[in-house]
Amino acid sequence: MAKGMYFERFDPTKGESLQILDPEGRLNEDLRPDLPGQRILELYERMSVMRLADQTALNLQREGRMGTYAPFYGQEASQASAAFLGPSDWLVPTYRETGALFLRGVPLQSLLRYWMGDERGMRVPEGMRVLPIQIVIGSQTLHAVGLAWAMMLQGEKSAAVAYFGDGASSQGDVHEAMNFAGVLKTPVVFVCQNNQFAISMPRSGQTAAATIAQRASSYGFPGLLIDGNDLLAVAGAMNEALAAARSGGGPRLIEMLTYRIGPHTTSDDPSKYRTAAEVDVQKPFDPLLRLRRYLGAKGLWNDGAEAAILAKARAEISAAVAAAEAMPPAPVSDMFDYTYRVLPPYLERQKSEYASFLKDEASRGGRHGF
Amino acid sequence: MASKLNMVSAINSALGSEMERDRRIVILGEDVGREGGVFRVTDGLQARFGAVRVVDTPLAESAIMGVSLGLAAAGMIPVPEIQFEGFLHLALDQISNQIGRLRTRSRGRWGLSMVLRVPWGGGIHAPELHSESPETLLVHAPGLIVVTPSNPYDAKGLLISALRLGEPVVFCEPKRIYRAVKAEVPEGDYTVPIGRAAVAAEGKDLTIVAWGAMVREALKAAEELETEGFSVEVVDLRTLSPMDSATVVESVRKTGRLVVAHEAPRTLGLGAELAARVAEEALTSLLAPIERVTGFDTVMPLAQLEEHYLPGHRRIMAGARKALAA
Repeated sequence: MAKGMYFERFDPTKGESLQILDPEGRLNEDLRPDLPGQRILELYERMSVMRLADQTALNLQREGRMGTYAPFYGQEASQASAAFLGPSDWLVPTYRETGALFLRGVPLQSLLRYWMGDERGMRVPEGMRVLPIQIVIGSQTLHAVGLAWAMMLQGEKSAAVAYFGDGASSQGDVHEAMNFAGVLKTPVVFVCQNNQFAISMPRSGQTAAATIAQRASSYGFPGLLIDGNDLLAVAGAMNEALAAARSGGGPRLIEMLTYRIGPHTTSDDPSKYRTAAEVDVQKPFDPLLRLRRYLGAKGLWNDGAEAAILAKARAEISAAVAAAEAMPPAPVSDMFDYTYRVLPPYLERQKSEYASFLKDEASRGGRHGF
Repeated sequence: MASKLNMVSAINSALGSEMERDRRIVILGEDVGREGGVFRVTDGLQARFGAVRVVDTPLAESAIMGVSLGLAAAGMIPVPEIQFEGFLHLALDQISNQIGRLRTRSRGRWGLSMVLRVPWGGGIHAPELHSESPETLLVHAPGLIVVTPSNPYDAKGLLISALRLGEPVVFCEPKRIYRAVKAEVPEGDYTVPIGRAAVAAEGKDLTIVAWGAMVREALKAAEELETEGFSVEVVDLRTLSPMDSATVVESVRKTGRLVVAHEAPRTLGLGAELAARVAEEALTSLLAPIERVTGFDTVMPLAQLEEHYLPGHRRIMAGARKALAA
């Protein structure tokens, strides 16, 4: 398919959406993005590791080895959108982007550390353009606009990708971010993973509009609704949006329609607000299943290959879990040391007074070290 | 009739009985209806009172508070919920600039009857921005009433008072003691006065002032100090604004020593205001410098270092010993 055609051809205000690989694994050749079979297989493998890592994190939480965790089961194709960023593009994640961050190259053990309640896991490797995981719903979309604006000012041909969800689309900050982006024509790609639930609230309760993608037109830039469980649609949409942003074409909004199969977080009990039958309806649309069907038909995948992929994934994840758990706990001083460039005297005093308290406690049989 | 209830059930009971009594009350917020709230505080209320009075809103804190102002100005009694205190900041314009000021700005034409419920504080190993204690922001805003209960009995009685007060009240719910203790709570309605501190334990050598979840820590410290031969008075502030400093001053006149304990950061925490008021009104009664046992002026850490940030009874005891040694 010719470059630059998805956003023009599929208009969300007319109820149109992009799907390239259907749930049966049938490819629409007419819409095929520039993505070789080997690359699809490679991404399928990373998505398999991602899914297993997500399940592992959930199990670690259940076993009391990790804190609250927000799973992304079912959203692997949308998370794989991160694979299409170049090294100089910025990735601005929410707390559900574990899969995207993993693909970006944030070590799995760091991500696990973060969810184990250790902020050292929030530090991304040097040179990597990724902001820390955002907890507040929607705030980060504005940060992405600022990053993109800076790249414009600095003459860089890169883009910033802002992740958010259907729930966040109700926040004022998200409206403000899109409006600023439209006015300033910043190179930003808004990626809305519409997983159809904000904790208990279904998408229909967030907005009376038919789609989130259609909002783009009211901010003066193109929007596209895609099947967020279709890796090829994700690839096509991301490549086109990023190319447009990097070459001065301004912002883009992609709504990736997917489904949160799991709970909001490990603290959530979805049986309070949806039935198991509702979830079962979504299972045939699994993003990995259709890739297996497609790759299988092409002779690039079979049960033997799957076993090898999973064995490799298990080894990779076990190593990350072991490394995360082997890391000694953060020293108490870690709590103070990043507050300012230089600790003000009163905070230095709070730190030393607390160190003396712990020493005194230890002499009374207490258990903490500084 | 009374039954043993935890704080979640006591608050739920207050909301239910007041909604029966007063049809103007509506509950609104994220996940408060079908889900019954992420802490289950509003559990069953939508089934009982319908989706028109217990409303699941879109995800937008500023909107929840802004529309609550409108509802209240038109004569309803909204009970908005903000899911965690860390998300209050998105709604601070509405809470502080709009809701707190409307009585003044309308020269008394519109006082607002509403109760903003919000889970408060640390100690549950939650993710980032789910464990803070930003009460100073609210107390610093003129026109807001700020209340925080330390036990199930007060939770119900204070909430019923808040719903009948005719003022915008922020009801800070200490989440770490939501289910930690059960206490006798009358089934019928009763009130606990807003604007009045309570003496939670009587003593004569030292006063500890605390509120919310910290009252338990203060009482534990008092008990252990008792074994060291000290008689400790514990004052539960209960209402943070307007602050009942008279009860604190009266206690300090008796004991001569003051420890203020809170989870919030030290600088400009309410301990600073209490210390100033005691200095203004009872300086000559003080036998020792006032001790503040508080969270640090740092970002509240994630779960692994949380217990170091939160001042537990051991740190309160250390502060008390220092005051007692002077």
